[in-house]
Amino acid sequence: MSPEDFEFISKLIKSRSGLVLTPDKAYLLESRLMPVARQRGLKGLEDLIAQMRTRREEALIVEVTEAMTTNESFFFRDIKPFDLLRDEVLPPLIAERQAKKHLRIWCAAASSGQEPYSIAIVLKELSAKLSGWKLDIVGTDISHDILKKASAGMYSQFEVQRGMPIQLLLKYFDKKDETWEIKPEIKSMVQYKYWNLLDDLKMLGAYDIVFCRNVLIYFDAETKGKVLENIAKLMPKDGMLFLGGAETVLGVTDKFKPVSGQRGVYTLT
Amino acid sequence: MKTCLIVDDSKVIRMVARKILQELEFATEEAADGQEALNACLAKMPEAVLLDWNMPVMDGIEFLRALRQTPGGDKPVVVFCTTENDLDHIQEAMTAGANEYIMKPFDSDIIQAKFQQVGLI
Repeated sequence: MSPEDFEFISKLIKSRSGLVLTPDKAYLLESRLMPVARQRGLKGLEDLIAQMRTRREEALIVEVTEAMTTNESFFFRDIKPFDLLRDEVLPPLIAERQAKKHLRIWCAAASSGQEPYSIAIVLKELSAKLSGWKLDIVGTDISHDILKKASAGMYSQFEVQRGMPIQLLLKYFDKKDETWEIKPEIKSMVQYKYWNLLDDLKMLGAYDIVFCRNVLIYFDAETKGKVLENIAKLMPKDGMLFLGGAETVLGVTDKFKPVSGQRGVYTLT
Repeated sequence: MKTCLIVDDSKVIRMVARKILQELEFATEEAADGQEALNACLAKMPEAVLLDWNMPVMDGIEFLRALRQTPGGDKPVVVFCTTENDLDHIQEAMTAGANEYIMKPFDSDIIQAKFQQVGLI
């Protein structure tokens, strides 16, 4: 691929998704965009990029952006954050909101639904303490396709084994032929919305807990800071933020600070 | 270093599992059927057992039941690893004392995630 083509496509993808594509990730363009090119009857990436340059067709730009955004996901990814959610983060919030009996949780990169459903299962397992509560879990993503998959709640044997403990699999999934479908009692706890983290977040409402894991790693420092500041505006004073293992607020924003002894968990400053 | 006993009648599967487990820093032992596995456990209880179901001589579920009745046999964490993927088999394995259950085919991500869940890693 010519340097001009690479610059064109990486600029476009950054402006649409925040995703920073460094030249060493050029191979990703090949593997992710070849299927898009083929589907349109184009020979290769050069033709695809030529078409994007000349026609500026919105549908194609959206499709390319979606194809480039990674969607790797696990149930209970890294385990520890979900233990922290259950044992450290939820108990004080539940105590604090006894009068309101309302909790709102946002998954900022819901992907194919593994994270929001994992959170829903954590809450379901705590249902003795949450009876009569209104629990909102909202999952957002910038890929329509992936949100469709998330809403369907159907997973292959391979996917359910990436992180779902067998006891919870038996409890919260129905097996249909070779597919595992999350039960309606869990599926109905999560609402999915198409949302871009770079857009105005105010309309999304307020959230007590925000999961924004393994998204910021794809952004440059300025974008990271901006997104975190916007998230901070959606949270009450005692709101809690979860970031991915390789992410931090240090040097990025002064709106959040790490919670000591709770890796990956942050509170407002 | 924790030891994992790999029980499978397929040499190829044992080799794949061994590579994955060694990367996860386990010492590995191998057995080709339930009887060999039981003998290995009687000699020295491993911390973990990765267990196939369908094997000659003694199958996985028979081995598991025998293991759990052996003194000290309640200690090893047993993770089934089998092509049997219907609810009846999974339920039967859990009732017999399995700690986790992997449906073949597997990869290193699956083994790692499952071993994390049962606290082996």
